[in-house]
Amino acid sequence: MTLVQGALDWLGDPANWRGLSGIQQRLVEHLAITGAVILVAALIALPLGILVGHTRRGRGTVVALTSGVRSIPTLGLLTILALNLGIGLTAPVLALIVLAIPPLLAGAYAGIESVSVDAVDASRGIGMTEWQLVRAVEVPLALPVIVGGLRSATLQVVATATLAAYVADAGLGRFLFSGLKQRQYSEMLGGAILVATLALVLETALALMQRVLTTVPPDTGRP
Amino acid sequence: MIEFRDVSKRYPDGTVAVESFSFVVPSHETVVFVGSSGSGKTTLLRMVNRMVDPTSGTVLIDDQDVQQVDKVQLRRSIGYVLQGVGLLPHRTILDNVATVPMLRGVSRAHARKDALGLLDRVGLDRALATRYPSQLSGGQQQRVGVARALAADPNILLMDEPFGAVDPIVRAELQVELRRLQSELGKTTVFVTHDVDEAFKIGDRVVILSAGGRIEQADTPERIVAHPANDFVADFIGARSARRTLRVQDVDGREVVVDGDGRPVGMLAT
Repeated sequence: MTLVQGALDWLGDPANWRGLSGIQQRLVEHLAITGAVILVAALIALPLGILVGHTRRGRGTVVALTSGVRSIPTLGLLTILALNLGIGLTAPVLALIVLAIPPLLAGAYAGIESVSVDAVDASRGIGMTEWQLVRAVEVPLALPVIVGGLRSATLQVVATATLAAYVADAGLGRFLFSGLKQRQYSEMLGGAILVATLALVLETALALMQRVLTTVPPDTGRP
Repeated sequence: MIEFRDVSKRYPDGTVAVESFSFVVPSHETVVFVGSSGSGKTTLLRMVNRMVDPTSGTVLIDDQDVQQVDKVQLRRSIGYVLQGVGLLPHRTILDNVATVPMLRGVSRAHARKDALGLLDRVGLDRALATRYPSQLSGGQQQRVGVARALAADPNILLMDEPFGAVDPIVRAELQVELRRLQSELGKTTVFVTHDVDEAFKIGDRVVILSAGGRIEQADTPERIVAHPANDFVADFIGARSARRTLRVQDVDGREVVVDGDGRPVGMLAT
């Protein structure tokens, strides 16, 4: 109980929020790392996933590759990368991109594949180009599933971005690592609460977005 | 006019869908390809709008080889109705009907205005215009499919078992409506079905196909009934079945037509 009280006191102290290593700054860093990682991972994974879903080719390769990549422990990968690239943000950002790609990729190809075969065949048959098919039919209809992938990628990255502090002076992970080192457990718990809260906020926002993007009206049953 | 000139379709695994098929669909006529599954009828239909390219032979539309025409442009110039309808579930009925004109560069407002007229044409209430496909019955969806196919005012209409998934009552209704539309519009139509009664109701000419796109008989429905070319055709149309072997029976001075089982079908018109 005292530990929780300590963490709440730490969070409630305005002095801890200010400054270059204050909560505010760390929160911004954490969000910036998450955002940059998701952006780069999406730029790689979404076009590839959409291509695989659209052409129905290379699915086996992609599934094997993503499940292989999924089995890599992020901390291990981060250590190897940091040993080669040195201290700084490059190693954690790369490790997090590797973490984010599989769910984004899976969401993209599964989403495109889930689009009604009849709608795709008919749209091609009435004269849509392959590009129009992707843009006007497949992606809009796959969007809820694609955002589902984005949701799970974001959740994993925002939680795992605490590891950035392992090799760089950035992100909310700083509070966990420095708290552990200095036996400041209230600071450590406070940091953990911040990460968990941030993850929940992002999760809720994306879940809401997913609901809005489900443009197809619910099947009301045939009159 | 659509001409199939010695077309074949073989798949890499060795399956032969169509073997040396030749046939001419005259302009403004409705020709029905009828056959069981494996007769290649859908493959033949899809060769016209290049959804399938033949392995050998040519398909010509008004003497032009379709291989010489850009696929996308070709498809936009041909009306296509599918069994699965394939409406876009995220777009309204009106926007679904307006799809092809908009692909061809017609403005949204103009395409929507025309689409409303097409809803009338296929017998759909304009109130449905703002609904989504999932809110319509199967029969209504298929009418939307026909409206969409007519939207760009094509000369050719391809219909691939369009009424296969609707119940018999709605099906009969749609068949009557299609006859009405055909007499009004006179499109060159290729219609594919496995139902010989539907073929006889819809077709000016009926092509009876057996495995691999082999033509067993191609003629008007009445001539096929009168003179089945061979046993395959006779079996396929059920020439010897009770419903096709009608005779006249005198009932209290009126001429009643009865089927092979003696069940009344109707009266002879006087």
